[in-house]
Amino acid sequence: MNSATVRTLLVRGMLTGIATGLLVFGFAYLVGESPLRSALVFEAAHATEHGPELVSRTLQETAGLATGVLFFTTAFAGIAALAFCFALGRIGRFGPRVTAGLVALGGFVTVFLVPFLKYPANPPAVSAPDTLNQRTALYWLMIALSVLIGIAAVVLGQRLAPRLGNWNATIAASVAFVVAVGLALAFLPAVNEMPEGFPANVVWDFRVAAAGMQLLLWASFGVIFGHLAERVLEPRTTTAPTQQAAPPQAAPAPH
Amino acid sequence: MAQSAAPPAVAPDAPLTLPVRAILPWAAFFGILMLILLYFVGAEGGTAAVFSGEGVHEWVHDGRHLLGFPCH
Ligand SMILES: [Zn+2]
Repeated sequence: MNSATVRTLLVRGMLTGIATGLLVFGFAYLVGESPLRSALVFEAAHATEHGPELVSRTLQETAGLATGVLFFTTAFAGIAALAFCFALGRIGRFGPRVTAGLVALGGFVTVFLVPFLKYPANPPAVSAPDTLNQRTALYWLMIALSVLIGIAAVVLGQRLAPRLGNWNATIAASVAFVVAVGLALAFLPAVNEMPEGFPANVVWDFRVAAAGMQLLLWASFGVIFGHLAERVLEPRTTTAPTQQAAPPQAAPAPH
Repeated sequence: MAQSAAPPAVAPDAPLTLPVRAILPWAAFFGILMLILLYFVGAEGGTAAVFSGEGVHEWVHDGRHLLGFPCH
């Protein structure tokens, strides 16, 4: 219940991130690369000028994709493990596995789902290069806003719980989250740069693949990290005597 | 079922929590490290290149698209 426990949980979180990264890479390679290739075919047919190819397509689809995915999953799994440390015992009377599941759900919704609703993933050749800076800033802003609103909603729920009870406080905090996110979605500028004639099914397949990767990441993080965290914390949760309160039951009688 | 209307006062069997001051140093250091990792996947090259050129961008290019980050 100290710094060493936090370190152990952080390390296990990052190891979970590497494991889930391998899963997500496999999924991305099998499901995501197909629409991505179709988009590159469209691009090749319409592009006016081409820069030099710094990295071959074969490398981009394999080692490059794996690098990007593993960086992403390891980083977010580490952050989620730290969020788990804060959340444990503070968001309700949940054990490590349920807490890990709730943190994973929060990560999926705030880090991916909410930003995706406003600025969905796009295959190559969909976006205008000269708006890249603006789109990048908006996307990171959307993630930051979504995470901050999520944290604020959790704190709000904690504050309301003593007065409203856990169930109603959870509902009130969820409604507050949806309303605040809705306002953010409504007021942030829209981006729509889809070129004429871009195949709609490619965009759909690409976005389904992108959403599937995130679902796989956060779901497997919740399950695997929950299991690992419980093994770290279990001895403490089951044996930790709480204060000096006399146990209601006497020690097991010797046979 | 009937949740024995738990009073807000600290219950005798309070759930296990990790003290915030034990978490903060790890969160500060590794939080920043993680954000740097994410920066390379999600932004390096296009917006503000730490390394010259498009090498990093090209290398993680497919991941950047499929992970939902803006690209081309
Ligand atoms: Zn691109």
